[in-house]
Amino acid sequence: MPNHVRNAYKPYPWQKRYSACGDLHVAGTLQDRYIDRMIRELANPTRFMSLSGTLLPWVGGLAAILMAVGLYMVWFAAPADYQQGETVKIMYLHVPAAWLSLFFYMTMAASALGTLVWRHPLADVSQKAAAPIGAAFTLICLVTGSLWGKPMWGTYWQWDARLTSMLVMLLIYLGILALWRAIEEPNRAARAVSILTLVGAVNVPIVKFSVDWWNTLHQPASVFRIDGPTIHPSMLVPLLIMAVAFTLMGVALHLAGMRTEILRRRVRTLTILEAERLDAQAA
Amino acid sequence: MSHGFFIAFSYIVTALVIAGLILRAVVDHRIQRRALADLESRGIGRRSRRG
Repeated sequence: MPNHVRNAYKPYPWQKRYSACGDLHVAGTLQDRYIDRMIRELANPTRFMSLSGTLLPWVGGLAAILMAVGLYMVWFAAPADYQQGETVKIMYLHVPAAWLSLFFYMTMAASALGTLVWRHPLADVSQKAAAPIGAAFTLICLVTGSLWGKPMWGTYWQWDARLTSMLVMLLIYLGILALWRAIEEPNRAARAVSILTLVGAVNVPIVKFSVDWWNTLHQPASVFRIDGPTIHPSMLVPLLIMAVAFTLMGVALHLAGMRTEILRRRVRTLTILEAERLDAQAA
Repeated sequence: MSHGFFIAFSYIVTALVIAGLILRAVVDHRIQRRALADLESRGIGRRSRRG
């Protein structure tokens, strides 16, 4: 076997600590090996802490700059809508929040697969950190939608497919948060939450396509369409800038949440070690 | 109610929720760092201490 192939198979020293992932080493192309090694590099929590510690200020800073630019454009450059007037300014919060609600649910679903299929050590950390952020953006989406609906539709709430499926999304998020709190042991909690998350993922396409499948009060998609966006560039550009700013802010919060969760698990492990040491001394 | 109320209320609610997320992230991180430092100062350490 050539050296470069042998090196691709060579495990890192820390891989023994995460041997649950070891079966991924059995088969696959050389390219798969490199991707696999890259994923494993990030599987090391210490390496993740170092990398995320470097990335976090940049992502957070870029989010803050884009948010400032986006808000300036929304308030001083974007025109009022010819029908809705200035109320359209709510769109620049409501739409990014709705996208992030789905984005974080998809992040949790991917992490759930990482937990159940590959037992990636950071997958359940990612899931746990994403849940409150996704729930918060879902809440923002529902509240701003309701506040936009009253002056435009004449009602704060309507039990139509989009609004109802979004409310179900919030309830699923809250259920996941409750389940994390209900089971103390992190690995058991992660498996239970993963199953709930994957079951709840059925709701994601329902949220997305509800406006196409049913006759709803909520308008159909106006940005991500096969025939292109139906929004004028003077409104589309600030909307996309706000969406990128929200996304970067969400990613920064997610990285920060994952870092805190890793610390929490270290604290838990050390507390157990201390308790065992005290028990041994008492005996 | 004027439309201004709905716009202002939307921005206030969003700002409060996001501020809450950021505050929670900062406070929780500090609590865990302090707890970890406290445990390690009592000699209960692990192999890796970076981050």
